[in-house]
Amino acid sequence: MATVTKFPTRTSIPERMGDFTRHLRQNGFRVGMQETEMGLQSLEGINLSNPLEVRMALKAVCCADLHAFGRFDDLFNAFWLNQSLMRTDHQQTKVNKPDRRTIDNLSKFMMQHDTGNTGENETPDGDRDGEANSDGEGKLLSTRVFNKNQIDMREYLQSEDRAAAEQAAQRIAAAIRYKRSRRRKADRKGAIIDLRRVIRRSIGTGGEPVQLLRRRRPDRPAHLVAILDVSGSMTIYARVFLAFIRGLIDVDRRADAFLFHTNLMNVSDALRDSNSLRAVNRLSMMAQGFGGGTRIGYCLHQFNTQYASRIIGRRSVVIIMSDGYDTGDSKIVGTELSRLRRKGCKIIWLNPLLGWKHYEPVAASMSAALPYLDKFSPCNTLESLAALEFELEQL
Amino acid sequence: MTWKNLKNRLGHAGYVSSDELSMAIYIALQLERPILLEGDAGVGKTQVAKTIAEIEDTELIRLQCYEGLDAAAAIYEWNYQRQLLSIRASADSGVSPDKIENRIFSREFLLERPLLRAIQQERPPVLLIDEIDRADEEFEAFLLEILSDFQITIPELGTIAATSKPIVVLTANGTRDLSDALRRRCIYSHVPFPDRATELAILRMRAPELSPRLAGQIVGFVQSIRKEDLEKKPGIAETLDWAAALAGLGLKDLTEDPVALQASLVALLKTEADQAALPGEVVQRLAGVAG
Repeated sequence: MATVTKFPTRTSIPERMGDFTRHLRQNGFRVGMQETEMGLQSLEGINLSNPLEVRMALKAVCCADLHAFGRFDDLFNAFWLNQSLMRTDHQQTKVNKPDRRTIDNLSKFMMQHDTGNTGENETPDGDRDGEANSDGEGKLLSTRVFNKNQIDMREYLQSEDRAAAEQAAQRIAAAIRYKRSRRRKADRKGAIIDLRRVIRRSIGTGGEPVQLLRRRRPDRPAHLVAILDVSGSMTIYARVFLAFIRGLIDVDRRADAFLFHTNLMNVSDALRDSNSLRAVNRLSMMAQGFGGGTRIGYCLHQFNTQYASRIIGRRSVVIIMSDGYDTGDSKIVGTELSRLRRKGCKIIWLNPLLGWKHYEPVAASMSAALPYLDKFSPCNTLESLAALEFELEQL
Repeated sequence: MTWKNLKNRLGHAGYVSSDELSMAIYIALQLERPILLEGDAGVGKTQVAKTIAEIEDTELIRLQCYEGLDAAAAIYEWNYQRQLLSIRASADSGVSPDKIENRIFSREFLLERPLLRAIQQERPPVLLIDEIDRADEEFEAFLLEILSDFQITIPELGTIAATSKPIVVLTANGTRDLSDALRRRCIYSHVPFPDRATELAILRMRAPELSPRLAGQIVGFVQSIRKEDLEKKPGIAETLDWAAALAGLGLKDLTEDPVALQASLVALLKTEADQAALPGEVVQRLAGVAG
């Protein structure tokens, strides 16, 4: 390749290498001094005039995971070979009111704009078959009809619910513990004798093991994965569940959260965004199609193929929150759940309709799912979520 | 030694390695850093370590990780039985407790496990830490000291520094995400499924008795079923097994005997669902266009 870089002689190689790591850092790579140094060392043993070799060498040094591995070539070319590439992430998401950034401002902001928002959202949408259109027919058939493309998630994440939701989430996260660890730690009432410590103590008593110290398997928190149905039939419960998920993500750093309707999306990162206004905006953008149809089977398939192998293990507990009304093929739901179960995780299905009198899980998808569930519980308010704590403890 | 040189030597030892992987191994060796290889099961990650041991003509020390693996099984453990006996024996002879303690917590009473053994060799060995993502996160923390400083701290004994720095190869296939701390200490390379040409080269090298036509068909077939929606995509190990199975059945051409072909797929597809996903007709069609 006869490409010439923009700065052939003006700066030294170490300096340029430092610039390059900065360039990578700005693009979301976790690199620092150490990588700069290793990068320079790695250049010593190769042919510097061949960009391909340099790229492969720096790639081995600077990448730490598959994601970085896939992006490195473009970033390298952009920096060293003048093939311009815009920074692809870490750009501020465009917000409507950039001057309001703190949580306090957010709640004020929501109050001020509350009327404006609902007005916009109440525009009926022609695509929907009007199941939720019937005004005034009691609480459950809400009058709010959602515009398919522009859903403002702010009203779903209002701060008044947050405290209660976080509390419920925290209690549930604490209730679900993984009890099968093979590792052991010191404990007074453990079942197994800790020989190492016994020997140490027995030195003082002339080799007579007077005091028997014990070990036991520690309780560990399970890894929670929440999958929430945000399709049309679930919109009235979405607020409760979203608040719950938000709480879960806040109290448990390792928990993962997904939303689905006709497609599945991973919202863990968006919910973890420290800038809460940006979090809400990111979520709103992701929630396109919110309130539309459901393809439970397809979304579970997406989950299984894209995420399950990476994040699901024996310590995982998958909580699916859905009413089981599915516009896709119900057979897939059974297949995908059995596939998920084989990963060794527990599956809990929370169904808001189950709380109703005379409700039978006859929806095709629901009955297809039943054999694969560890727990099938009713749930439609924050209180009922919190009440689940005791049941989940038994798992 | 240049990286191309290394690539050739790996090739001579029977490992066909991509440019990217060769460069990563080369840099890991140059900078004396551990190398972390990620990729699907069966793409030859473990084989990298075996081949490096072969070309460097050194010992391969392997630590297979599993959930619950702890320091006692991976690094060292005290020999409790001997310690107990020793205490009893010394107690009768009236030796002071201090001396007993010093004695029973000496190297003599230490059972070496793979990691401790790896840093105490005269000649740097290859240390293979296989499927690190199966071990729990706590175990990763144990590894950090060894991987960055090549030393092990034993509370009763002090710090044991490496007599020679082992060549460390870690493999992972995404059971669990690894911590940043561990990743940052390693040179990283992702090992993908091989492309057609590479896989053909591997098959030729490992099974030279196959006819070029059958070898081409085998690789074409395997490449195309990897594109299918399978639970467990066949790796190179499966390709080689299958080729051996076909050779054993005496097939000269994939389309020759549909029944034998279907039966031989047990070497390639390792779950019931995957076998059901490829019924006879599909297999025939793929076999027809392969090669």
